Amino acid sequence: MNLFCVGLSHHTADVETREHFAGNAAIDQDLREALGCSEGLVLTTCNRVEVYAVSENVVPTARVVQCLCAHGVEAREEEMDAFYRYEGWRCVQHLFRVVSGLDSMVIGETEIFGQAKKAYDAAHSSGSAGRFLHRLFQRAFRVAKQVRTMTGITRGSVSVGSVAVDLAEKIFGHFEARKVLLLGAGEASERTARALFKRGVRDIRVTNRSWERAQALAALISGSAVRLHEWERHFREVDIVICSTASQKPVLTRARLAPLIRDRLDRPLFIIDIAVPRDVAPDVHEMEGVFLYDIDSLQSIAEQSLALRREQMTSAESIIDEHVNDFSGWFTAARARLIEGTSLRPSKS
Amino acid sequence: MDRELLIFSTLCFCFAMVRTAVALRARNYRPGGFNFFAIALGFIFQTGALTVRGHAVGRCPLTNLFEVFIFLAWSVSLIYLLIGPAYRLSLMGAFTAPLVFALQTFALLAPIDRPRLISVKPSAWLELHASVSLVAYGAFALACIAGVMYLIQERQLKRRRINSMFYHFPPLTDLFAAITRLVWLGLILLTVGLVAGFFTGQPLPVLHIAWSLGVWVFYAAILIARHLRSIAPRAIATLCIVAFSAALTLLWGITFVSRAHSL
Repeated sequence: MNLFCVGLSHHTADVETREHFAGNAAIDQDLREALGCSEGLVLTTCNRVEVYAVSENVVPTARVVQCLCAHGVEAREEEMDAFYRYEGWRCVQHLFRVVSGLDSMVIGETEIFGQAKKAYDAAHSSGSAGRFLHRLFQRAFRVAKQVRTMTGITRGSVSVGSVAVDLAEKIFGHFEARKVLLLGAGEASERTARALFKRGVRDIRVTNRSWERAQALAALISGSAVRLHEWERHFREVDIVICSTASQKPVLTRARLAPLIRDRLDRPLFIIDIAVPRDVAPDVHEMEGVFLYDIDSLQSIAEQSLALRREQMTSAESIIDEHVNDFSGWFTAARARLIEGTSLRPSKS
Repeated sequence: MDRELLIFSTLCFCFAMVRTAVALRARNYRPGGFNFFAIALGFIFQTGALTVRGHAVGRCPLTNLFEVFIFLAWSVSLIYLLIGPAYRLSLMGAFTAPLVFALQTFALLAPIDRPRLISVKPSAWLELHASVSLVAYGAFALACIAGVMYLIQERQLKRRRINSMFYHFPPLTDLFAAITRLVWLGLILLTVGLVAGFFTGQPLPVLHIAWSLGVWVFYAAILIARHLRSIAPRAIATLCIVAFSAALTLLWGITFVSRAHSL
């Protein structure tokens, strides 16, 4: 009885190769029948294509790869090199790492959990996932939840857009009563405003050189358009300013802001400058109660969050190792019982 | 017996403090109920110790500097347990535990637990005056802790450098609201304590009156400045730290000097 995994991922294959196999991944049952395995499951995401299977006899990697290829097409040699194979406890460890997000392109991302669950559900419905894969995947989901709870592997945002929203949350907490002003109606500011709207901001004001564009964007994000000459009046009321004008010179300077924030000393002001060239003079960040983040500083926070996640990997790995040992013990015993011909009764693991 | 209970209590705060320090060092801090429960357990031991001491002296246990420090530590724990759950309880506990640990360790190690011969009979007004005033200091201590947290979080945001605790801190606006509420709570309690002091029927020591009024005026000025929006939240957070540190030092100094004014 062999438990193994054959696959490729962003670590070993470029996107073109991944596309090639992802597009042709046969459904679990067909693949299982073609390989002659007792259980089989295909996990396909944009970053990986992996086959998890349980078989009586050893199934060569080349045969698994061939099953993943389109009908009548042979895998090229360099594509074959992109495939890896894990057996026994290494296969268990690999799956636990994958489902926990440790093997992902963005460490700690949680999307893979849902994708693995979907793949398992499909295999379960088709009858391709038997008691071994059932036990393996259920344990993997448990491990992933434990890793998420016990470590900071999913903490913080690692994309620029999400970092801006996270920072706003760290300054203001709840968003319901917050007011946002968009200076410029570019696509980037629209995306950030949408993210803030999703998190609860209900007062979004848009000002732009083109009045029509301001109105159009305001309508898209359930906000209100503000005439360009009136933005300073609105500036006194808002908490978050998103700048993305096409101006070649800074629109907001320290001298221009000083009178606008004088009477709002007790309320912080968060300025997100996503324009290039920048709309806000860098020394504005030094003003009392003003937090200015441009593209570079948002990127820097994203990188720091990623570094914090990497630091959590050791703790996550030790949680995984414990479960790998435990599961491997169960698997070995279950396999021995099966070989001896005794009935396999699931034990509590 | 009371000292043993206090040692157990101090150990609880020590555990909470060490656990947080180890987690921070390993960059693996995550909020949980441990700090809250450690402080709650420490608070139970504190209460037990104060009860035993109270029975022994036959009055509210505020007869010497040792008891004043223990009562202050108890007040800090009490206010934290009351308001902690409203904010990030575990994280505020991470800052509260070291303060209480320091207060109790100092009280246990310093030669300040000297029995006093007290001629004044215990009166309800006097006990109300002393105890409520010290609970007010508990609120000011928590305002000081919230101020420290505000400054740390503000600094991280200003420097654009985050550490493993960044995501566990409450938002700046929540911390500022907490500071304001705690100063209000402390000021109201201190006012009650001061007013009660005038009903004790005893001559009021000038040094104590001046010090108490000074503290009251300082915190009142902080609140006025906050509501007039004349100073920034960062300055208010800093003032809360300065005010509590100064008040604690003066409390020690004055209690030490003014031996006559004890329960």
